[in-house]
Amino acid sequence: MLSCLDKKIIRKIQEDLPLVPKPYAEIAQELGITEKELIYKIKGFCDEGIIRRFGSILNHRNVGYKANAMVVWIVPEDKIKEVSKIMISFPQVSHCYQRPIFPDWPYNIFTMVHAKTQQECEKVVKEIASDVKIYDYNMLYSALELKKVSMKYFMQE
Amino acid sequence: MNKTNKDLLNLIQSNFPLESRPFLKIAKELNISEIEVIDIIKELKSSGYIKRIGGIFDSRKLGYYSTLCAIKVPLDKITEVAKLINSNKGVTHNYIRDHSYNMWFTVIAPSIEEVKEFLDNIKIKTHIKDIIELPVVQLFKISVIFNIKE
Repeated sequence: MLSCLDKKIIRKIQEDLPLVPKPYAEIAQELGITEKELIYKIKGFCDEGIIRRFGSILNHRNVGYKANAMVVWIVPEDKIKEVSKIMISFPQVSHCYQRPIFPDWPYNIFTMVHAKTQQECEKVVKEIASDVKIYDYNMLYSALELKKVSMKYFMQE
Repeated sequence: MNKTNKDLLNLIQSNFPLESRPFLKIAKELNISEIEVIDIIKELKSSGYIKRIGGIFDSRKLGYYSTLCAIKVPLDKITEVAKLINSNKGVTHNYIRDHSYNMWFTVIAPSIEEVKEFLDNIKIKTHIKDIIELPVVQLFKISVIFNIKE
């Protein structure tokens, strides 16, 4: 279980790290703990997987990755393991998940594929398809971004 | 963008130093000064390359429930439905995609019940029945790290 202090720390580090020579000391002071304690806690969150990644979050459209497709695949249940293994070996695939299917939604494997252009994106997807021998797929580009924010946890407490 | 800026971007995406003087550590690796590192980061932020420096959390490990949802929205109702969906603070992503399920959003909440209640509310208010919930069954990869080359 997360302690009250854990939640206070999470509330701070889900925001932006201050751009000063000793950023952890500054946050620690606001929390009333030592810099050492704060760094130890953050390392602990990383080890436990509570923090997936600690670092900079880039705006991928601005760094040149303008074609971002959600590619959905129909993969037979008994092939999921080997197919996903190949899919995730592609550096252009940032996310790969299995999700449920519905009568009007037959796609069970979801991948996010990032490239500089749509042609490049399609080339990568064709390569993946031929490697995994799955040709029932659909590429859903984002036509419009309606919202993109980072989640703020423990705000009501 | 010059080479130092690209190297810096690649360096700080993962394993940002967890030590007293993180910018000094980066500075040493890039052979520049601590102040220069801070200034470059400030510049990359104001030009929109860097959104934030901090932690990215696993919502499940924090006790939250999250799911991807897709909904079939009639074209003339997109603005209205988007407004309703986006008003929820736990909705972090929402995109229009080219499919009959045309609106795709993610929602994170402290409990599954809160998510269900939110989705029921959408159905009641919009009269749209075609909404599917697609929570993760199995996670194979999540790694949003970009190699900045050119």
